[in-house]
Amino acid sequence: MTEFFQSLGMTYEWAWFVATIAGILLIALPLMLAVAMIIYVDRKVWAAINLRRGPNVVGPFGLLQSFADGLKVFLQETIIPSAANKGLFLIAPIITFTVALIAWAVIPFNSGAVLADINVGLLYIFAVSSLGVYGVVISGWASNSKYPFFSSMRAAAQMISYEVSIGFIIVCVVLWADSFHLNTIIEAQRGHGLGFINGFIANPLLFPLFFMFFISALAETQRVPFDLTEAESELVAGYQTEYSSMSFALFWLGEYANILLMCALTAILFFGGWLPPFDWEPLYLVPGFVWFFLKIFFFFFCFSWVMATVPRYRYDQLMRLGWKVFLPLSLLFVAVISGWLMFTRYGGVA
Amino acid sequence: MSTVAHLIKSFTLWEFVKAHWLTLKYFFKPKVTINYPYEKNPISPRFRGEHALRRYPNGEERCIACKLCEAVCPAQAITIESEPREDGSRRTTRYDIDMTKCIYCGFCQEACPVDAVVEGPNFEYATETREELLYDKAKLLANGDKWERAIAANLEADAPYR
Repeated sequence: MTEFFQSLGMTYEWAWFVATIAGILLIALPLMLAVAMIIYVDRKVWAAINLRRGPNVVGPFGLLQSFADGLKVFLQETIIPSAANKGLFLIAPIITFTVALIAWAVIPFNSGAVLADINVGLLYIFAVSSLGVYGVVISGWASNSKYPFFSSMRAAAQMISYEVSIGFIIVCVVLWADSFHLNTIIEAQRGHGLGFINGFIANPLLFPLFFMFFISALAETQRVPFDLTEAESELVAGYQTEYSSMSFALFWLGEYANILLMCALTAILFFGGWLPPFDWEPLYLVPGFVWFFLKIFFFFFCFSWVMATVPRYRYDQLMRLGWKVFLPLSLLFVAVISGWLMFTRYGGVA
Repeated sequence: MSTVAHLIKSFTLWEFVKAHWLTLKYFFKPKVTINYPYEKNPISPRFRGEHALRRYPNGEERCIACKLCEAVCPAQAITIESEPREDGSRRTTRYDIDMTKCIYCGFCQEACPVDAVVEGPNFEYATETREELLYDKAKLLANGDKWERAIAANLEADAPYR
């Protein structure tokens, strides 16, 4: 894109600057739109599983429901509790929202269609998603209210616990793909299973890791059954209890942008990202980003599906699952996979 | 053996698979919710909704200010004042129903000797202010005029069972 702006007569620096801004907008705006639509999809899926209809009044099939909600929230007053720490209180939703957005910088939408093509993309995502916990912790602290505080402590413990196992799972994938570069990881999955299935999901050693990754992703984004941070019967609405208007909406948008990110990450790590599901020539006629979006959408459906199906975990069960099941299992898989690769790929020579 | 089965079950997430299969089946089932503002449930002729004061076909109001409804009302939602009209008949000068007190028991319409106060089929009279729910005589008579056909049909449909 830089060349295009240069051809309009800009200097290289300016062209690069404008191209980067354009790229950011090109990702962030459709992402916001996608988040609005995905909230609608979420509500529709729960409704359908509960034999309800879901939103169906605003716009055709209720498609504009999220925009109506957004407008409503936008027009409301931002209430700041008098006991709250104002600066932190206002900056917390901004942190959550920003962190949820910046991780998308390294997500490849097609071969080459990526804003920041850095070779440690996966590390970057991992680092940025860890930062997400700050928004939650700060909001709980700054609200100066009991339940948000409890909730943010729970959220911090939960996100840190599950990041450990997510980290080991990512290490396994990185070992197999031999790279932290997301596009290289995707390319490594071409024809991975039996020579025609694109994706590490067809690998018997990485297959169980997919489920562990998916469950950890649920915990990481605080979705049911791990939504203890928003357990409404115990904690009112969790760390967002004291928030209203746009500051509340920012949490909401950030949460869903994070969920989409996790769906995208699942697609990239295990289902071949923008590759079609099978390594078959006619399927490549469909542009890569269509396959990518379809995969994201499928995983998002799974997120909603889980939400409508399972009840909430107890807090000690959540911790037990994270530390006593997922951590040893993922560690075991790191050992097994690195050992396997050592003997098959590198000939057993250290 | 059972421990092995248990291990296999927990490592294949068998219970979760079963649960998700069930919910997936429900996902494709026809929806049971009525699409409310556009679709409505049929209601019984005995349905006790918004109150109305009826008139005779010649336009004379039915209520004779006997105050039986006021007396029977368990929530004491009805207030009646009366005095003789110029032609000597006893009529109400005030007939108020506080719809925020009313419990929709239907005793008023049961007590009424002339079928003047009835609970009609209308249940969609939500208001934006509380004051609008303090019905006076004019409002109740207007309700009667508005819903007379439906009320008469309902009374006739229910008559054989009384």
